Amino acid sequence: MSWLLPAVVAVPVLGAGLTIIVGRRLLLQRAIAVSGVGFVLGAAIALLISADGGTALVSQVGGWDAPAGITLVADRFAAMILTVAAAMLFAVLFYAMAQLGRDALDWWFHTKYLVLTAGVALSLVTGDLFNLFVGFEIMLIASYVLLTVKTGPDEVRATISYVVINLVASALFLMVVAYVYTTTGTLNLADLSGKMMEIDPAVRSGLSMLTLVVFGIKAALFPLFMWLPDSYPTAPTPVTAIFAGLLTKVGVFVIIRTQTLLFSQEGPSTLLLFVAGATMAVGVLGAIAQNDVKRILSFHIVSQIGYMMMGLGFLSVAGLAAAILFVANQIIVKTGLFLVGGLVEAEHGTGALDRIGGLLHRRPVMAALYLPLALSLAGLPPFSGFIPKLALVQEGLALDRNLIVGVSLAVSLLTFFSVTKIWGGVFWGEQTAAKAKAAPGMMGATVLVVVLSLAAVVFAEPIVGLAERAASDLIDPAIYAELVLGVGR
Amino acid sequence: MSLVMLSVAAILFAVGTYLILQRTLSRVIIGLGLISHGANLLIMLAGSGPANPPVILATETPPIADPLPQAMVLTAIVITFGITAFLLALALRSYLLTGTDAVEDDIEDRRIARHGQSESEREAAT
Repeated sequence: MSWLLPAVVAVPVLGAGLTIIVGRRLLLQRAIAVSGVGFVLGAAIALLISADGGTALVSQVGGWDAPAGITLVADRFAAMILTVAAAMLFAVLFYAMAQLGRDALDWWFHTKYLVLTAGVALSLVTGDLFNLFVGFEIMLIASYVLLTVKTGPDEVRATISYVVINLVASALFLMVVAYVYTTTGTLNLADLSGKMMEIDPAVRSGLSMLTLVVFGIKAALFPLFMWLPDSYPTAPTPVTAIFAGLLTKVGVFVIIRTQTLLFSQEGPSTLLLFVAGATMAVGVLGAIAQNDVKRILSFHIVSQIGYMMMGLGFLSVAGLAAAILFVANQIIVKTGLFLVGGLVEAEHGTGALDRIGGLLHRRPVMAALYLPLALSLAGLPPFSGFIPKLALVQEGLALDRNLIVGVSLAVSLLTFFSVTKIWGGVFWGEQTAAKAKAAPGMMGATVLVVVLSLAAVVFAEPIVGLAERAASDLIDPAIYAELVLGVGR
Repeated sequence: MSLVMLSVAAILFAVGTYLILQRTLSRVIIGLGLISHGANLLIMLAGSGPANPPVILATETPPIADPLPQAMVLTAIVITFGITAFLLALALRSYLLTGTDAVEDDIEDRRIARHGQSESEREAAT
């Protein structure tokens, strides 16, 4: 079964190559893209079932045992996030096929999308620091090209700052790789977790900070988030939706992985909690000041990243479980919200709140799709965002970190205010005429995402249980190390 | 790790940082190139540390260089090369669209700048 691990990366890459070979044949390209992403989804589910059953799959690529070779690992945490990410990639692919139609051929959309899928999968399952760099670069290069599928002045301006910021972050990541290799002589994450304990604590905390900066840029943490609200909204909707759902969350995934595995410490981290609080507050204040659906939602991405950092900052099993749940939930909710925003934009040609209105009467389905996602973002019961937020608040109070709990509750209130602003602007008010009708496929894909988000509430108990087991794996680095280094010995 | 090479890496980073902060896009791209070179040099230097290269038939004498950082640098160079080429294409596109080589302000910056101006300044600007 461990052949599945290299396959989740290799199959989409091969698919991307095939889409180029078949050329401008839309049906074939679509079939390849759907089966490629579908395979990743199926494999991710299989990996998750296997990991949760107690036999997390580990693959030593090329038969070179860790720590010499590159290791691919799907523990509960990685398999869980991979499953949710693959499900979103699958849903958004259908949305994109319905929206783009034949434009997809001119943009080579399917090729780029498959490369993006491979990059996300590799970043999630890799167990090697340099391989992580490669995975991130594959993902980012696909994202650069997807951002510029339309080469108007806005897209070019936004993409240039996006590429420059990410290239600086990548250079810093290479510095981390160099320093880690000099101090420990290994890049295998499992091997590193042991050796990190032996080096000078000052060097260790320096490496920890540098890693936090690198992935703080990629995950859009305060104060390194300014590139995100500027670049994301300019892309076509399916692209923005998948970026919003996945890219920053992969950054958060790596922060959680490195902070627990390489730089673990006892008790709550005040620095992480401060960053969490500032990210939440600044993000939501930015969202309130905006007047365009996609721009409001882009600032919410930043704000919600703060909650994930809050869970990590507690550095306890309950806190990490809440953070994992939050990441999984946000991937679904954020993707869904951008898809709904895209439906509105597709029909009116704009997402500016003052130029649209009255959709509640003309398109009640859209309102019905928006409401559960928006309330979930704000964390209202019984929607899916409520469960991780409740867990975060409970853990914060249990650890006596009242300030961050207060900030997180205030930010929730402001988030609610800001999503009702979209509601008031888009769905209430004077009716405006639509220019076009959204394709049924776009609607169908959005319904799928909303249903997934609601299913997360219905099946809350097993999902929370899974997140708790994943978190207890994370809190003890020895479990991961034994998983990787124990195999093949 | 030799101090001379380390200083070279530091200088590359310093010059690169200065260039990235410039307004001209071509300088920004050259700056990114220099920073990447600095990072690559740093990885090369990492090879002289306590690494234990996974080389089959490795013997104590004669001492062999650690091939792992070299392989990593090669990968990193290829990736940076690809992205730089892409960025140059974008810069050309931006030049064709706007006629200047300058990095534009983002939308938010422009809006905030307009808030700070008085009525007459705004008229003078347009």
